[in-house]
Amino acid sequence: MAVVTGRARRFGDNIDTDTITPGAVLHLPVEELKKHTFEPILPGFFKTVQAGDIIVGGNNFGCGSSREQATAVVKELGIDYIVCESMARIYFRNCIALGVYPVLAKGASGLFSEGETIEIDLDRGEVKNVETGKSASFKPLSGTLKEILDGGGILPTLKKITERG
Amino acid sequence: MNIVEKILARASGLSAVSPGDYVTAQIDMAMMPDAFRLLSSILAKAGIREDAFRIWDPEKFVVILDHRVPPFSVAVAENQKISREFARKLQVKYFYDVFPGISHQVMVEKGHVRPGELIVGADSHTTTYGALNAAGTGIGASEMAYVIQTGELWFRVPETIKFEITGSLPDFVSSKDIILYVAGKYGTDIAQYKAIEWRGSVIDAMSIDARLTMGNMSVELGAKFGLFRADDKTVEYVKARTEQEFQPADSDPDAAYAEQYVIDGTTVEPQVAFPHNVGNVKSVTAAKGIKIDQAVIASCCHGRMEDLQIAARILKGKSVHPGVRFYVAPASWEVYTEAIEKGIISQLVEAGVMIGNPSCGFCTGYQGVLAEGETCVAATPRNFKGRMGSPAAGIYLASAATVAASALTGKITDPREVA
Repeated sequence: MAVVTGRARRFGDNIDTDTITPGAVLHLPVEELKKHTFEPILPGFFKTVQAGDIIVGGNNFGCGSSREQATAVVKELGIDYIVCESMARIYFRNCIALGVYPVLAKGASGLFSEGETIEIDLDRGEVKNVETGKSASFKPLSGTLKEILDGGGILPTLKKITERG
Repeated sequence: MNIVEKILARASGLSAVSPGDYVTAQIDMAMMPDAFRLLSSILAKAGIREDAFRIWDPEKFVVILDHRVPPFSVAVAENQKISREFARKLQVKYFYDVFPGISHQVMVEKGHVRPGELIVGADSHTTTYGALNAAGTGIGASEMAYVIQTGELWFRVPETIKFEITGSLPDFVSSKDIILYVAGKYGTDIAQYKAIEWRGSVIDAMSIDARLTMGNMSVELGAKFGLFRADDKTVEYVKARTEQEFQPADSDPDAAYAEQYVIDGTTVEPQVAFPHNVGNVKSVTAAKGIKIDQAVIASCCHGRMEDLQIAARILKGKSVHPGVRFYVAPASWEVYTEAIEKGIISQLVEAGVMIGNPSCGFCTGYQGVLAEGETCVAATPRNFKGRMGSPAAGIYLASAATVAASALTGKITDPREVA
């Protein structure tokens, strides 16, 4: 799918992994853990999520720990794209590994208010606010990273390898 | 080439690499802490048969249970049981149960970290190993599953930032103050996707303990790796712990850096990171007088001999302020034993410190949890909102010396004023 649209869910800078998935509940399975997503700053976030929503964050999204549950809960909530100014590197890796597309677009976060419709053109590398028409560009994923993401993440690749023996 | 370029080139079987290159590198060591318990469910969810899944090289994979030690709930105990059973099934040679301590400290103590190596850990503070000239970095559990089976992983060769710390550090100023100073001045994303090389006379003069603190917190600057040159101290430390051969990596004279910064260590004062971000840093003077309920020296960032020694020195003959709970947890049982032998533990206990067992608990909100409205000054690496308990509590990060001084007075205190 070259163009996707969804509802923007706005977050600020330095959203850390403790904020996305608090340590106190990290032992829960992801189906339960998702109910605590963003709990320290937005309790009840999961109730307001619709599948297809798109997170719009600021700088350094996902900083902090390597807990991949912080990416898994996003995926579990039906969010497949995170648009942000920049993303912490382990979070970025976990997005690729778990099949969430990280859209690193400078200037994008300021284009959206909570709930506005966002359109992402994955071929042209453009994120657009459908209401205002304003846009920002990004470099679409390519090579190994795109292959992993298109394959549904790193586990389907691993499955093939283990089946080969 | 610089340090990380040399390590990634060697690990990828290439003669040279440049920033921006994507390489597939052979992993020298892989480590999983508590996240290991996720492995069997990750495999099940992906439809990967457990009997088809095996460790690519049993000498290169380590599991260390450290985060929730001892277990505080039945759910946690069940998870640890899953880890033990799966470790047996996978025949993990280096499986460290709850005993030896915090994974990163155990990794260096047991000789699993050697200069020049490429190491991945399912924990963000894997950057700690840079202190021993090893390129250590964190990855998630699913990527770790891939590494365990294949022994390789993709990497983007990062740009490198060189921080040169010149001069010498004043008394009661430590490597923690340097890294907090850098976080405050340059921001917690200064090294996003990049490697850092820590260099200069201040770094050369530092103990391995002090370097481990900086390697550890390099990830708080966004760094993929936080690397140090291997010097005589490094080689001596590692050789005492492993028979394995190793080849340190050092930068060529013409190595390229994306950015270079020089900091005069002589002018750095004790630093404090205010809630709720590691980059929200001010000099201790600006924090002086903030009332505290709790003080902590613990975690993979601290809890080493040097931290315990300075705390004992500051508390000597004095008592912890009656309004303060002061928790100190050695980073490992090796540190704990040495501290007992040197009389440090009894000095701390006599002063009113509560000693905790080696674990990640005090930093991650599993032990010594904070109530609403409480304030903690901590020698730990992170002060995110809610990390130590209530989201309405505040965590101030500082050096072990500043934490000990603050525990004496009941408010954040410049260690130079009580020593």
